[in-house]
Amino acid sequence: MVFGTGPGAVSALRDVTLDVARGEFAALIGPSGCGKSTLLRLIADVLQPTGGTIEVRGGPPMRARLAREFGFVFQHAGLLPWRDALANVSLPLEVGGWGRRHAAPHRPEALLDLVGLQGFTHAFPRQLSGGMQQRVSIARALVTGPPILLMDEPFGALDEITRDHLNQELLRIWAATGTTIIFVTHSIAEAVYLSNRVFVFAPRPGRVTEEVRIDLPSPREPALKDTPEFGRYTAALRRALAASASA
Amino acid sequence: MIATDSAKGLAADGRAPTGPGTRTAGAVLLRRLLLPVLVIALLIVAWDVAIRVLGIPPYVIPTPASVGQALVKERGRLLDNSVPTIVESLGGFALGNLVAIAAAIAFVHNRTLERALYPVAVAVRTLPIVAIAPIFVLMLGNGYAPKIAIAALITFFPTLVNMVEGLESADPQALELMHVLSASKTESFRYVRWPSSLPYLFSAMRIASTSSVLGALVAEWIGTNKGLGYLIVLTTYDFRTALLYAAMVVTSAIALAFFFLVSVLEWLLVRWER
Repeated sequence: MVFGTGPGAVSALRDVTLDVARGEFAALIGPSGCGKSTLLRLIADVLQPTGGTIEVRGGPPMRARLAREFGFVFQHAGLLPWRDALANVSLPLEVGGWGRRHAAPHRPEALLDLVGLQGFTHAFPRQLSGGMQQRVSIARALVTGPPILLMDEPFGALDEITRDHLNQELLRIWAATGTTIIFVTHSIAEAVYLSNRVFVFAPRPGRVTEEVRIDLPSPREPALKDTPEFGRYTAALRRALAASASA
Repeated sequence: MIATDSAKGLAADGRAPTGPGTRTAGAVLLRRLLLPVLVIALLIVAWDVAIRVLGIPPYVIPTPASVGQALVKERGRLLDNSVPTIVESLGGFALGNLVAIAAAIAFVHNRTLERALYPVAVAVRTLPIVAIAPIFVLMLGNGYAPKIAIAALITFFPTLVNMVEGLESADPQALELMHVLSASKTESFRYVRWPSSLPYLFSAMRIASTSSVLGALVAEWIGTNKGLGYLIVLTTYDFRTALLYAAMVVTSAIALAFFFLVSVLEWLLVRWER
């Protein structure tokens, strides 16, 4: 993936090959500017690759986008401030003609319950905390029942306590929905705690330098973070990131 | 934007509480209404005292009482002359805003058009309204048309500038979301860009609400024999200063009423900013 042309062109991603299996929780980790968000946007058909192929459920990303096969969660919730929580969650049902062709698999209210926001259906985004806003945006991404969830540093702007709490919630939602999740993060602990597999990225040009399988038991509990196995994984990832930075 | 307290201002059912909130709102309204009224009353008293102490003749500055008398005695005449001014201001306000909104939408969707026409819009803005008024009268005649055109012209610019900014203020993440949702351009506009621009549009319209009256007034200085602008010029020449001041009071009241109307409309339509 190259941005721009001529001498000023930037190679954002080069020779990236990765496969994510159905139902898997894959984390992409790396320093800023290593192209992990770019990769997510290529998968989501927000950007078009300058070379190479991307397949989402056996077809081009555009087909997957039109068929709503993925939901996208942004770093900042990106809620529409003039719509209450419920109306924000049902936005995907209203636009893009999806609601006319499909029956909604979930009621928007049920999704607000799923993300733990029962009682806040008519609250406006500015009345909600950052963590609650992000919950609404997760509910919004899930409302059309997509088999894939693309998450771009969804908890990066939150404090650690809220983040830990939402990590636990996300694992619960993952177990409840069986969605494939591709999760971009800066946090080593978050990547280990949440995922089955971690892809380590290096910058300039963005590439995958290592792939770490996380064989920790499920369902995961916070106490897991204090175990030696967890520590071994975070240490391994830290070494991989250090190596990729010097490479 | 992000509330620090997770359930700030929310009752258990997710609705904002009403009880104590409305009482404070009432107190705030009283203070915000009472204070300016008090200041105005004080200014009137100061005005009266100054005239008496300094011995200013009534044809230079009339006393508040004589202005009050003029307001009552000449109310028929003031009312007759208010109607055309109100019609012209409202017409100009509506026309200017509609054209400005349409232009802003076109600019945001077509960069070439913006680059070509935006400087022209700025250039038109720099032309003095007082100089354009007679030109418009020459072109459009003595009726409502030239006055509405001038009120529209004065309204147009702030709305155009603010509206372009407002449409571009849309959250890039929300626009990206619309793309992920395969929303059409029209949907992106309707769901994201248009509501994002409303606070900007209203701040422009608050400016325009009073300046459109000013535009109509200036337009009435020439080529007409009705309207508050005409009345102001006439009474100035005749040294009927009390009526002149009365006409100014009425003009102010009209402009204030417009401002108030726009504010109420904003309060009703832009609820999420509160």
